[in-house]
Amino acid sequence: MIPSSVDYTRASSVGEAIRLLAENPDAKLLAGGHSLIPAMKLRLNSPALLIDIARIAELRFIEDTGNAIVIGAASTHADIITNPLLRALTAMIEAGELIGDTQVRNMGTLGGSIAHADPSADWPAVLLALEAQIKVQGPDGERIIPAVEFFTGFFSTALDTGEIVTEIHLPKPTAESASAYRKFMQPASRFAIVGCAASVTVKGGVISAANVAFTGVSDAAFLDEGVASALVGKPATLENIEVAASAAAEGDMHINEDHFASQAYRKHLAKVYAKRALAGACGL
Amino acid sequence: MPKITLTVNGKTHTHEVEGRLLLVHYLRDTLGLTGTHVGCDTSSCGACTIHFDGKAIKSCSLLAAQADGSSITTIEGLAPEGELHPLQEGFKEEHGLQCGFCTPGMIMCAADLLSHNPDPSEQEIREGLEGNICRCTGYHNIVRAIQYAAQKSAVAV
Ligand SMILES: Cc1cc2nc3c(=O)[nH]c(=O)nc-3n(C[C@H](O)[C@H](O)[C@H](O)COP(=O)(O)OP(=O)(O)OC[C@H]3O[C@@H](n4cnc5c(N)ncnc54)[C@H](O)[C@@H]3O)c2cc1C
Ligand code: FES
Ligand code: FES
Repeated sequence: MIPSSVDYTRASSVGEAIRLLAENPDAKLLAGGHSLIPAMKLRLNSPALLIDIARIAELRFIEDTGNAIVIGAASTHADIITNPLLRALTAMIEAGELIGDTQVRNMGTLGGSIAHADPSADWPAVLLALEAQIKVQGPDGERIIPAVEFFTGFFSTALDTGEIVTEIHLPKPTAESASAYRKFMQPASRFAIVGCAASVTVKGGVISAANVAFTGVSDAAFLDEGVASALVGKPATLENIEVAASAAAEGDMHINEDHFASQAYRKHLAKVYAKRALAGACGL
Repeated sequence: MPKITLTVNGKTHTHEVEGRLLLVHYLRDTLGLTGTHVGCDTSSCGACTIHFDGKAIKSCSLLAAQADGSSITTIEGLAPEGELHPLQEGFKEEHGLQCGFCTPGMIMCAADLLSHNPDPSEQEIREGLEGNICRCTGYHNIVRAIQYAAQKSAVAV
């Protein structure tokens, strides 16, 4: 299928992209295009102008700033999983390796994935569990949005009109912290039916901090406080993890349902995948 | 209309294209390189796989304009005229195709895999081909064809 008519231009800097966005209200940013172009082919999306940001050098880098690993928004999934700086952030590698397939990972970008905020995308859960900070830039300058405030709903984010995601800051793990990502995938699309990212700090065998985040379960990725609070202060054992994981996806929340997985099945999977991700993070 | 200049199989081309023109249609319809196939509308089948600056990508999910300034290799450019690439030979020797529709995409994806993992395990080959669907072969002979190519390339080195 063929998209409807569209103009194309390439921005050479973030500043130029912001200016073009401000001047063209019907424009859309184009990064890897692996969410936007399939949607345009189906005519679900018909922008008048595409502003290609994939080749802006200041958006495609990965660096260690001492406290954090900073990833430029136009870094591809493949850039991330092959970069040695990310090796200690296990959940990033485990999630990135499970995105789509080789070809998708060679084109799709971290910034594009989080701006798109598909409720089944993998990166949002990982960024929540790792307490990422998302740097965005717009006509009024820069601001930092914590991941927990970024994903606001179904394909919705805290990005304002005209803003661009520029950097994702991931706090570096300490010697006592570790993370993992596990997903039950839709066999054809490989998107998450349920994906769980877990990050834990274990001091002297006791869990002193934990984050558990889900994707695929609700209308947006979210941190599951119920599981995390049931773990903190407990020894890092499989029994304690299992008890805590049984609290997953409970409470007053919307649970997704489609012809692959009912609400009850998704809830069940959330508990199973919380257990697996936490066990992975604890090295059990 | 965007004007693009790109290298395809070593040859430089310049064209004015519609912004919405997909790279696969540029390759097939404008350049006449019909070895790259279109098997789906949903970026799922991998029949359109080519190399974009050395990396396997699905050319049905990319605009021709995005390829401005880049270097493209299609199945036609994998081996010199009249010769078979070890992967092409492997697919022939190991009966890695039936109808052949998926084959160019399979070979281009496998070439990307072998370029960074010259001696993949069977599992790594199967995972490397996740983005390519074959409705005929059941994949076993495709895996053997890639193992054949990996061995042959190892001998050649
Ligand atoms: C076959 C297939 C399988 C897939 N499987 C998975 C999977 O298993 N898991 C998964 O998580 N994803 C999956 N994806 C989605 C893939 O990861 C996309 O690449 C990603 O979601 C979007 O990134 P992109 O760079 O391609 O963005 P684009 O498609 O270019 O853009 C997406 C949206 O984000 C906006 N945008 C892009 N960059 C920025 C920026 N820096 N700032 C602000 N807005 C921006 C665009 O305007 C657009 O609205 C799959 C895609 C395909 C085609
Ligand atoms: S034609 Fe099916 S993935 Fe490109
Ligand atoms: S040989 Fe027919 S689709 Fe693969």
